[in-house]
Amino acid sequence: MITKRIIPCLDVRNGRVVKGVNFQGLNDVNSPVELAKYYSDNGADELVFYDITASSDGRKIFTDILRETARNVFIPLTVGGGISGVSDFERVLSCGADKVSVNTGAIMNPNLIPEAAKLYGSQCVVISADVKRVDGQFHVFARGGRDDTGIEAIGWIRRCVDAGAGEVVLNSIDTDGVKQGFDLEMLKAVCDVVSVPVIASGGAGSIDDFISLFKTVPGVDAGLAASIFHFGEVAIMDLKHRMYDENIPVRL
Amino acid sequence: MIAIVNYGVGNLFSLESSFNAIGQNVIVTSDPNDLKHSDRIILPGVGAFEDAARKLFASGLAEPLIDEARKGKPVLGICLGMQLLFTKSYEFGVHDGLNLIPGDVRPISDIIPADFKIPQIGWNSLHLTKPSGLFANSHEGDYVYFVHSYSAFCDSGYITAITDYGAGLTAAVQFGNVYGAQFHPEKSGNVGLNMLRAFCEV
Repeated sequence: MITKRIIPCLDVRNGRVVKGVNFQGLNDVNSPVELAKYYSDNGADELVFYDITASSDGRKIFTDILRETARNVFIPLTVGGGISGVSDFERVLSCGADKVSVNTGAIMNPNLIPEAAKLYGSQCVVISADVKRVDGQFHVFARGGRDDTGIEAIGWIRRCVDAGAGEVVLNSIDTDGVKQGFDLEMLKAVCDVVSVPVIASGGAGSIDDFISLFKTVPGVDAGLAASIFHFGEVAIMDLKHRMYDENIPVRL
Repeated sequence: MIAIVNYGVGNLFSLESSFNAIGQNVIVTSDPNDLKHSDRIILPGVGAFEDAARKLFASGLAEPLIDEARKGKPVLGICLGMQLLFTKSYEFGVHDGLNLIPGDVRPISDIIPADFKIPQIGWNSLHLTKPSGLFANSHEGDYVYFVHSYSAFCDSGYITAITDYGAGLTAAVQFGNVYGAQFHPEKSGNVGLNMLRAFCEV
């Protein structure tokens, strides 16, 4: 049976993982390569690298780091951040990324998803949506969650899937950082309208939050988190053993 | 030496890296001579069958690949590369494959329940149905990483592993010296690296 996936997300700036990392036994906890290997050896099903550099110099460092990671880590790697054209797809795919997630780039350029899907296949194109409630409606936000685009989110995500996105990362701005659980209502709304895998992001604070995610919204395929893994608040293998005990399909 | 066939399709970086990681001499190549002089051949591939088949036949690499396979050299097709080993595919029309394994490629939607998502993306377990050199280091129930919407349909005698996705889907095949994996060994952690090690010993 196909398993629910657990995905740590690494924000990378100037070649370093940002957001605190607190692990024993790693020589350099802020090294994306070391951290990726650590996660890969300790139960992560997939990794997301998010490039939060603004400059072209930073971008070069990022691709070097990505290549070094892909050389050493043999689980799927998704790359996001600063993807605005198919040349960005080419840049990260040639360095070992398996999937590329687009966010603001897809809002700015409606042709990006169909073009990329045609060139690289839908399995390679992930739509990552930052969504927040505004006046009782779900809105898509751009630029790292700063700008309200005014676009209704659920319909927009469905259009992205129709255009060729093969997977959805749904990041709820409302629950992100609050650590009180995933945004189950928002996730259910998305799962109801798309037939591709949906990855939940934003709000994980404990193992229980993942259990309640997979039990309450069975359409969700994966849970993504950053700081609770980086800080060691939740060890991935502890989480996965608990999932197993709760009869949630999991790769141990 | 292991030759990874480069016909302009697929993420070859990870595949090359994974053979490097297990200490194998590997070359990513578009040169037919490299296929002739290699000990083993890997046929990768992602994306659409028609586009990949066209590129493969246009590359001038299909013929030497078929020749080497017919001479008995071990060949491993991965993901779409496995599908290309078959006679034909029904992905958006009907398209010829390499015909190294009798059988065809059809949408998984033909046999899985309607509430299963397509593509199948993620880790699923292997049910080993037949001994294969590829599984010398593998175990029943090992998890591997799949990304696919189509699957091979062939004589059950060639199927070496299936995976349960609402229905039993062909996960791995062997037809003499020609091997195929629908999943990505190069993305399946140590389980996958162990399979690539095993392939280097067949």
